[in-house]
Amino acid sequence: MNEDRRSFMKKAGIGLLAGIGSAAGLFPALSLEKTVFPAWDEKPEPGKYRWGMLIDTRKCSGNCKECVAACHFTHNVPDFGNRKDEVKWIWKSSYENVFPTASNQFQSPEVTERPYVALCNHCAEPPCTKACPTEATFRRWDGIVSMDYHRCIGCRFCMAACPYGSRSFNWRDPREGIKLASTDYPTRMQGVVEKCNFCSERLVKGLDPACVKACPEQALVFGDLNDQDSEIRRILESVETMQRKPELGTKPSVFYII
Amino acid sequence: MIEKALKGSRNYWLWIGLLLLCIAAGFSAFSRQMWEGLTVTGMGRDVSWGVYIAQFTFLVGVAASAVMVVIPYYLHNQKAFGKTVIIGEFMAVAATIMCMLFILADMGRPDRVLNVLLYPSPHAMVFWDVMVLNGYLVINIVSAWAVLGAERKGVPPPAWVKPVIYLSIPWAFSIHTVTAFLYAGLPGRHLWLTAVLAPRFLASAFAAGTSLLILVTLILKKTAGYDAGNEARQKLAVLAAYAGAANFFMIGTEFFTAFYSNVPAHMHGLQYLFFGLEGKSALVPWMWISVIAGIGSLVVLLNPKLRQKTGWLMAACGGMVLSIWIDKGVGLILGGFVPSPLEEIVEYSATFTEMTVTLGIWAVGILVLTMLLKVAVTVKKEQEA
Repeated sequence: MNEDRRSFMKKAGIGLLAGIGSAAGLFPALSLEKTVFPAWDEKPEPGKYRWGMLIDTRKCSGNCKECVAACHFTHNVPDFGNRKDEVKWIWKSSYENVFPTASNQFQSPEVTERPYVALCNHCAEPPCTKACPTEATFRRWDGIVSMDYHRCIGCRFCMAACPYGSRSFNWRDPREGIKLASTDYPTRMQGVVEKCNFCSERLVKGLDPACVKACPEQALVFGDLNDQDSEIRRILESVETMQRKPELGTKPSVFYII
Repeated sequence: MIEKALKGSRNYWLWIGLLLLCIAAGFSAFSRQMWEGLTVTGMGRDVSWGVYIAQFTFLVGVAASAVMVVIPYYLHNQKAFGKTVIIGEFMAVAATIMCMLFILADMGRPDRVLNVLLYPSPHAMVFWDVMVLNGYLVINIVSAWAVLGAERKGVPPPAWVKPVIYLSIPWAFSIHTVTAFLYAGLPGRHLWLTAVLAPRFLASAFAAGTSLLILVTLILKKTAGYDAGNEARQKLAVLAAYAGAANFFMIGTEFFTAFYSNVPAHMHGLQYLFFGLEGKSALVPWMWISVIAGIGSLVVLLNPKLRQKTGWLMAACGGMVLSIWIDKGVGLILGGFVPSPLEEIVEYSATFTEMTVTLGIWAVGILVLTMLLKVAVTVKKEQEA
């Protein structure tokens, strides 16, 4: 008797679940987790987009740190107050550090003393993704060099491979270094590498990257480098710009107006 | 056969006990590292690899140097190496195990190590390194064990062993070549970005590994009463000397290319290591000790009269091992990170925790080697009796 009752309840349970499942399929409004149909309209086409950034360093002033603050808050980047454990996605540096192989003889002091923003270049030929033994870092269909924090084994090969110092490792539990937590982006765990993601989580919502939005001088322009009519392409074709260490053949997607 | 490692004198067990103590210390330091993260090491954002990866690089060389006895014995039928070849192979086994442990110790998430196999990435040199190192470990332990087992039974080794041993020769070259490729293909690390890195790795490996092998045979002679023979040692000493000469020649060519071309990025790494850069010079004494010890040992090893004397031979072999250990185990890896890609100079020094983990891993390797050699020596002695 008992056995029969058990098997009946089992079957009834399965039937009920199947019913809910098919109902959810037939009536999208009933499903617990909604599928966003527009997301399926356009199948990602590798190489169609290539997100890029243009930094007009002439507009950048010494004391302003809005872009860094906005990015580091948005992405829960920890701050431990020491250089050894430092994690950074975007930071301000000097001309000789950001462009160590560029000409610096007889440059105007106005140029060499200006601050220069550094971040991941989202290279078209990234050496970091090549060095990664687990595909934990990879180049997406839209040109963004992305990270899978759950696959990263923490070998730090990408850090050795990156010629721009754009990657940081979580030497310790990052949550201890987050003073004000953002709920819109996950924190990372100890022992994995992280870096700028060009705000892919904001792009998918149609928003500009946090740093671009935060800059009071509108010194950062973000756009699709593959779109001839985009603002970024228009500016790139009209003024002289620089990339970091172009001689290495990494084809950075971040450009600078000096 | 392994039971032969469980019977030994009081000194043997004292030695095993000491090694176990070091392993325990290393393990406790490692567990602290697991809890608190790699922040307990001296590594940081700028120098992101340290003593672990450096030890790994040195030990791949020690592992590869087994060919210096395998080639003459199996390929050229040099009977003098008959008693050394098993020592070389077992040394390769122990060194390969240490290599793997150093990689694990360096990883931020060692629990995810299998991701390397779950998501094989042929574009990554690490993937190939994992393949060749594991392969080399299997090849050496299987072939050495089979040959020793046959010897114990007084029968010729099985026919399949020969091809496996022949395979171990190109395989040994592959492990150190791939290890060099880990570094030599990275843009922006100018100290490593050189085609001569793989040949130099092989040369320095054959110098240091062979010297270490000579030292191990001398230790076995003294502690276990097992003499691999002076003839083999003398021949190995000559091999070590020429390999060392090739290594120092290639270091010289690095200096020429960097300093004659006068390209700043090419000079910076060498300047930092050997002369100091912008007032930072922590590694300068190390590098000069390496050069002096290396050249001095080379002179002794090349001199037939001196190398015949056990004292001189030991000093020269020790000097060569020290020289290459500093070159690969200290200078090469750290020099690749200084200056940083943004041309900032941040120095590294290992922490106590890091050194304890390192000690523990060396102790694991030495324990494996001790036990394997105990088996080998017991079998060989039984056969002689």
